[in-house]
Amino acid sequence: MLQINCPHCGPRDEAEFTYRGDATVTRPGPDAGIEAWDDYLHLRDNPRGWTVEWWLHSAGCRAVLKVRRHTATHEIDAVATAGERLGADRA
Amino acid sequence: MAGYSGLRIFSEGLRGNSGWRPAWRKPEPKREYDVIVVGGGGHGLATAFYLAEVHGITNVAVLEKGPIGLGNTGRNTTIVRSNYLLPQNHHFYEHSLKLWEGLEQSLNYNVMMSQRGVINVFHNDAQRNAAIRRGNAMRLAGIDAVLLDGAGVKAMCPLLDISNGRFPVMGGLLQPRGGTARHDAVAWGFAHAADARGVDILEHCEVTGMIVEGGAIRGVRTTRGEIRAPKVGLAVAGSTSLLTEMAGFRVPIESHLLQAFVSEGLKPMIDCVVTFGAGHFYISQSDKGGLVFGGGLDGYPSYGQRGTLREAEHVYAAGVSMIPALGRLRGLRSWAGIMDMSPDGSPFICRTPVRGLYMTAGWCYGGFKATPGSGWCHAWTIARDEPHALNAAFTLDRFREGRMIDERGNGPFHWMH
Ligand SMILES: Cc1cc2nc3c(=O)[nH]c(=O)nc-3n(C[C@H](O)[C@H](O)[C@H](O)COP(=O)(O)OP(=O)(O)OC[C@H]3O[C@@H](n4cnc5c(N)ncnc54)[C@H](O)[C@@H]3O)c2cc1C
Ligand SMILES: [Zn+2]
Repeated sequence: MLQINCPHCGPRDEAEFTYRGDATVTRPGPDAGIEAWDDYLHLRDNPRGWTVEWWLHSAGCRAVLKVRRHTATHEIDAVATAGERLGADRA
Repeated sequence: MAGYSGLRIFSEGLRGNSGWRPAWRKPEPKREYDVIVVGGGGHGLATAFYLAEVHGITNVAVLEKGPIGLGNTGRNTTIVRSNYLLPQNHHFYEHSLKLWEGLEQSLNYNVMMSQRGVINVFHNDAQRNAAIRRGNAMRLAGIDAVLLDGAGVKAMCPLLDISNGRFPVMGGLLQPRGGTARHDAVAWGFAHAADARGVDILEHCEVTGMIVEGGAIRGVRTTRGEIRAPKVGLAVAGSTSLLTEMAGFRVPIESHLLQAFVSEGLKPMIDCVVTFGAGHFYISQSDKGGLVFGGGLDGYPSYGQRGTLREAEHVYAAGVSMIPALGRLRGLRSWAGIMDMSPDGSPFICRTPVRGLYMTAGWCYGGFKATPGSGWCHAWTIARDEPHALNAAFTLDRFREGRMIDERGNGPFHWMH
């Protein structure tokens, strides 16, 4: 099981959260063009390793969190609220 | 006497089974092939078989990083069907189902294809209307579909709780020609038949790099040395993004976890495949007697091949709601695979931005039934450098062009299909 350390609620079980997608892609402006939107909506790095994701604390404070997680070991090493920067940068 | 037959089993029985030979060779890699297929799961082995069988291309290698058939092919719940709504999907899957129906003869291998019927149970008016619409779409395409009422479902699967207080069963959509097959035997059968036609199956040969020159593929780097070919086909399921990254482009795929479960062995209790309509759950019984069942994705990207208890709990709860008798059983084993999830739930069998590089991927969690069809279409696309009509819609750029094939209407969220 994953345990996510919510900045508002403290360490909570995976069962309280919902994955909300890849946080390494940025939503383009409305006029950015088809390539940019295709990139944002569909194309993915999909790494085997560290990545940053959106997780909704759906059965808790309902905040959208930014989580850095390893896709092979499932280890989580940093959690922040949506607007904050994550700790020590791995990239 | 070569090949497998009832007579052969009988005569080998008389000779102490001393005449059996390995079902495929273990050759050394050549320096060059006409076609390299990466991935020794069902799809890669089927691609190699159809390249040889249909297109006469036999100077082919299948490169597999471990032993063949231990990826998703050897981990799936083995449901085979073609009961799709959208024409791009149902024509393709029906072609695949027809190949399944003759597969044992084509491969000379018993894949234990069992057309025991697949029922999708529904619980309310809206689900029934959707089932009728899907059934009619299938029948218009010449695919078998039968609408059952509650009593009809109960007659086929007596242990189902059709009067469940919360989720009463109104009926079900039955595809009589759907069923199950033996997953390992599918990998072994394709390997055996491809090998017999000259294909080299190279196990423990991991691809670690792609040789791309002037926008075209020239070969691959592997743990057993560099191997050259003017054409390379990828059939690596959840690892697709890792391979395309080596070739220098990104694909619309996220790799997610899907678990499967088996119970202790039992006397026969379910002789068809049943899926629940009020939760994600599907079940059948293997010939060894274990109930084989599963549900939805764990819900987040992973290459870990192991699931967590949250989804296990959901699957068991849904199972017990549908068939209360399951509450008396013990689970025996569970495991997970790496699913290649696409943003519309439909696959890719296509050319790629690198000339001479092809792929079959994006199988989400329905790719076992596609095994022969995927191999057949992938082989066609590789041999002719253009898609067959059956896979022409399964391209990488369909999203950019607004031609999604979204069977469930879920939108561009890889993990929701
Ligand atoms: C739990 C579960 C249940 C499922 N249930 C069903 C079902 O009921 N019905 C259905 O139709 N489908 C089902 N599926 C989906 C189905 O199993 C897959 O879509 C299908 O088997 C994929 O076959 P494949 O050959 O593409 O992939 P795989 O069998 O995964 O083969 C890919 C191979 O590529 C190899 N590989 C990866 N990287 C490299 C590399 N760098 N070099 C060399 N080799 C490499 C891997 O080792 C692997 O053997 C299920 C899947 C799972 C996990
Ligand atoms: Zn919280």
